[in-house]
Amino acid sequence: MLAGSGLTLWRGMTCLFEELSFTVAPGSALLIEGPNGAGKTTLLRVIAGLTIPETGTVTWNGQSCRQQIEAGRLGMAFSGHALALKGELTTRENLAFFASLSGEQGRLPEILELMGLSACAGLDVRLLSAGQKRRAALARVLLSKADLWLLDEPQTNLDSAGRMALEAAIRGHVGRGGTVVVAAHLGLDLGSASVGRLRLGEAA
Amino acid sequence: MTLEAAAAAAATGEAQEPVLGLPSLFRVIFLRDLRVGLRRWTDASNAALFFILVVTLFPLALSPKPDILLLIAPGVLWIGALLAMLLSLNLLFRADLEDGTLEQLLMLPYPLSWMLLAKTLAHWVITGLPVVVMAPILSITYHLPAEAVGVLTLSLLIGTPTLSLVGSVGAALTAGLRGAGVLLAFIVAPLMLPVLILGARATDMALAGESATGPLYLLAALLVLALSIAPLGAAGAIRISAD
Repeated sequence: MLAGSGLTLWRGMTCLFEELSFTVAPGSALLIEGPNGAGKTTLLRVIAGLTIPETGTVTWNGQSCRQQIEAGRLGMAFSGHALALKGELTTRENLAFFASLSGEQGRLPEILELMGLSACAGLDVRLLSAGQKRRAALARVLLSKADLWLLDEPQTNLDSAGRMALEAAIRGHVGRGGTVVVAAHLGLDLGSASVGRLRLGEAA
Repeated sequence: MTLEAAAAAAATGEAQEPVLGLPSLFRVIFLRDLRVGLRRWTDASNAALFFILVVTLFPLALSPKPDILLLIAPGVLWIGALLAMLLSLNLLFRADLEDGTLEQLLMLPYPLSWMLLAKTLAHWVITGLPVVVMAPILSITYHLPAEAVGVLTLSLLIGTPTLSLVGSVGAALTAGLRGAGVLLAFIVAPLMLPVLILGARATDMALAGESATGPLYLLAALLVLALSIAPLGAAGAIRISAD
C-alpha cells in the first residue's frame, strides 16, 4: 500500500500542491493528471524519495519510503524524463546491466522481443530513435522486480504499438498485485484495472 | 507470451529482496563503468595527456641540468599527477546525473555508498592508472635513478586512489552545478595536500638514499581511511545533488 499524506511542496514562489493526500492499494494504478507545470513530475520524484517535500510523508506499507530506500530495503522502478541509457553502450548492454542488478538476465531476450527491440539490440543507443529509447526505458522497468512502478509521461515519443505495449505492461503489473503511479496528460486505456485519479493544478 | 503476461510473470517470489551480494554488486557496476569509460576514451585519456604535458614542460622552461631536474622531479611529478586527477574528477558523476543513471541507482535496494565506491574505483582505473603507468616513463626526462623511480611509482599507485576517493565527495557535491570544475578543485585540493606532501617526500627520501618506508606506510594508511569514509560522504552528497 502506497500512501501520501499532507504533502506540501513549493517551487520558488509557486505552491505546486498543498496538504495533498492519496492512497494506492496493491493491484491498482494511480493516474496523476494535470496541465504542464502542474507538478506531476515533482510529485513522482517526491514519491521516489528524490525530492523532499516541505511537509508530509510518503509511506510504503506504513513506513517512510525514503527511509526504506536509504536503508536499502525498498526498490522502485522509475522511468523519468532522463532515460538512464548510455549512448556508447548497445541496447542489450544497457538493459543487461539493470537486468543483472535485479537478477532477471534470463528474461532479457524475451523482454527485448516483446518491446520490439530485438532488431536494434546490438546497436549503440545513441543511434536509436527517441521512440526506441523510450521503449528501452520501459523494458528496463519490466526487468526490475520492484512492486512499485513510477512512470513519468511514459507515452512520450511512443507510436501506437508502443503505447499498446505500455498499457499491456501496466495491466499485467497491476493484475498480479503490483502498484503503478503514472503521470500522464494523455489518456491511458487500462481496461478493467482499478484506476485512481489525482488531478493537480486545479487547487483554488 | 504477451507483454501483459510478461509483466505479470515478473512477480514471482519476494519482489523487494536484493538479489546480488555486495561483491557481485561491486563487480557489475565496476565493469559497466569501465566499459562506458573505455568507449569514451577521449574523455578518459585527458588526464594522462595533461600529466604528460605538465611534466614535460618543466625541463623545457627551467633548465635541462641534471642536478636541478633531480631537485624538482619528485615535486613536479606529484603535482602533475594531482592536477591531472583534479581535472578528471569533474566528470566522475556528472554524466550519470544528467542521463538519469544516478536516479536509478538511488532507487535500487542496494547500499548507495558501495555503488559509488565501485564507480569511483572504475574512474580511477580509467584516469589514475594511466598516470601511474606514465610516471616511470616520464621520469627518464628527469634522470631519476631506478630506486627513486620505483618509490615514485609505488607512491603514486597508493596515493592516486586516495585522491580519487577524496575527490569523489567533492564531485558528488558539485555534480549538479554548471562549470563547477574550479570550485571542485578548491573544495578537494586542501584535503589532497597530505597525499601530495607524503608522496613527494617519499620520492625525495629515495633520491637521498634513505628508506622511504615511513611516508609509504602513511600513504597506505590514508588510502584505508579514504576507502572507509569517502564513499559514505559521497553517498550523502549525491542525494543532495539528485534533488
